[in-house]
Amino acid sequence: MRQEAGSILVVDDEFSVRDSLEQWFKMDGYRTGSAADASQALELLQEGQWDIVLLDIKMPGIDGMELQRRLRTIDPDLTIIMITAYASVETAVQALKEGAFDYITKPIDPEELSHVVRRASEQRRLRSENVRLKEKVDQLSTPSQIVGESQQMAEVLELVRSVAKTDATVLIRGESGTGKELIAQAIHANSQRRYFPIVPVNCGALPESLLESELFGHEKGAFTGAQYRRKGKLEMANGGTLFLDEVGTVHLKTQVDLLRVLETKEFTRLGGSTPTKVEFRVVAATNQNLEKLVEQGSFREDLYFRLNVFTISIPPLRERREDIPLLAQHFLESYSLQMNRAFSEFHPKAMDLLVRYGWPGNVRELANAVERALVVGTPPTVHAQDLPLQLSESAAIEVGESLADMERAHIEQILDRTGWNITRSAEILKIDRATLYNKIKKYGLQRR
Amino acid sequence: MSELNLVPIYLADRHHILDRLGVALERTFQTTVRIRKPWFDPEVSFDRSRGQYNSTVLLKLLLDDTADSSGKVLGVVGVDLFAPVFTYVFGEAQLDGRASVVSLHRLRPDVYGLTADDHLLFTRLLKESVHELGHCFGLLHCAEPACVMHASTYVEEIDVKSEWFCRYCQTAVRSTPE
Repeated sequence: MRQEAGSILVVDDEFSVRDSLEQWFKMDGYRTGSAADASQALELLQEGQWDIVLLDIKMPGIDGMELQRRLRTIDPDLTIIMITAYASVETAVQALKEGAFDYITKPIDPEELSHVVRRASEQRRLRSENVRLKEKVDQLSTPSQIVGESQQMAEVLELVRSVAKTDATVLIRGESGTGKELIAQAIHANSQRRYFPIVPVNCGALPESLLESELFGHEKGAFTGAQYRRKGKLEMANGGTLFLDEVGTVHLKTQVDLLRVLETKEFTRLGGSTPTKVEFRVVAATNQNLEKLVEQGSFREDLYFRLNVFTISIPPLRERREDIPLLAQHFLESYSLQMNRAFSEFHPKAMDLLVRYGWPGNVRELANAVERALVVGTPPTVHAQDLPLQLSESAAIEVGESLADMERAHIEQILDRTGWNITRSAEILKIDRATLYNKIKKYGLQRR
Repeated sequence: MSELNLVPIYLADRHHILDRLGVALERTFQTTVRIRKPWFDPEVSFDRSRGQYNSTVLLKLLLDDTADSSGKVLGVVGVDLFAPVFTYVFGEAQLDGRASVVSLHRLRPDVYGLTADDHLLFTRLLKESVHELGHCFGLLHCAEPACVMHASTYVEEIDVKSEWFCRYCQTAVRSTPE
């Protein structure tokens, strides 16, 4: 079975050396090339990509040491192995200091050469895998998932970009469903800590005792049911970001322990005695009025000040209605793909409903509404009747206040819902077909 | 392969090994083996400063010496070989060519201070012969540790691999036109 290998360039003024080494590496499946002097080597490097260069130190004209420096300016990632018949500690040290991977002497021991080249190839492979993985992390972490072109969201994203570069504690404020976790993810993804984990803790979802264990972990036997030692979220976040969602719901006792960790960077697992050192960045989120909770005595003032270093407030969806079409389209495309249903657009009437609705549940409610519409609707268009009832009811109320306005809007809504099925619409409205036709004519209603 | 020429060089009292090797190679490559005397002076390849024989020069001599044959040629030498720039080689071959050469010298256990072992010596010689001839069929080094085409830079590595091609290399040998 053929071995996969890279490319090796041999630079030596002696033909027999170049030939022998090229033949040797060809047998191992390397793509090989050779150069008799510096200018040929530089030319070959300009023409193509090389993984490893075997470079003789002593050559007429530009010697190997000088050539190494020049090769590095063309390709800083090149792996250079120096070879020479004139071994000296000084030149070896100099070559390695200037970035050579290794240094071997002629005549070359085949075992030593194989070993050095194998190590060099492995290092290159690990280096390029590292670069690839970092690029993947960067790709997956880009804040392109945060959709919004409104002025308010542009300001939020600018704040995210600024604070992400620092290690400051961030408090994200916003109503439920506004995307606080997405913002926390974006801060982490744009920070120096992005290659370490972001560990979310939903403080509101757990009772006090479970939250303690979730945060600090526990030793085996710390309480009934603790059969094994368990790492807590604080430990898992080491080096990365700890995201405390719904931080306002944390009980006072746990607040004390949390504050101690944030200040001392140390904690002890439940049932343990040895402190563990940790280091992470804190991002907290709340939909509550923390100041009020401090006043009421249910949130510690010192913890409040610890968390309220840098605040990002996310506006509710109703304050940035211009983002609704963009968000709706984003969810349409995303859920269409997931459900394998070919939806591509919203009927103008449907979009009108989406824009006019108040969205007390914010972006999460919008996402749910679009998802529901894709389940019940027929591709490629989402119609008004596919959307949840509360949208049309709410829109109806917003249309106008006169009886005629309300009647018009109601009839239009029913017609849309039934797909302009006159018989069915008349049944729902409890009028006869003729009356319905008269109303349609009276209000100038048209099927779109 | 139409035929395989085996050319002994400085084998001294080990000529009998050549007959055994010929039988084994006939079986491996399904071909006829001819043992031929060299009509060149191997001293041309001797490097006085190193006390070794240049394998690349020997390859050229073997090629010229068997120009009348369309088959491949394997020189089996009893002396130490080197290729320029290397301290030693077990053998050398033309990749996808006609000529190859293999040395007994560093395959002998007694060279490493161990007790002489003709059986072990023959096994190693057979493996390296098949290996070098494999290169003549265009085979590169194989990642499969048991395959005879696996690279061996020291003698213990030769002992680990088998004398057989893995199925991928076997297929490649069989499908290579002569």
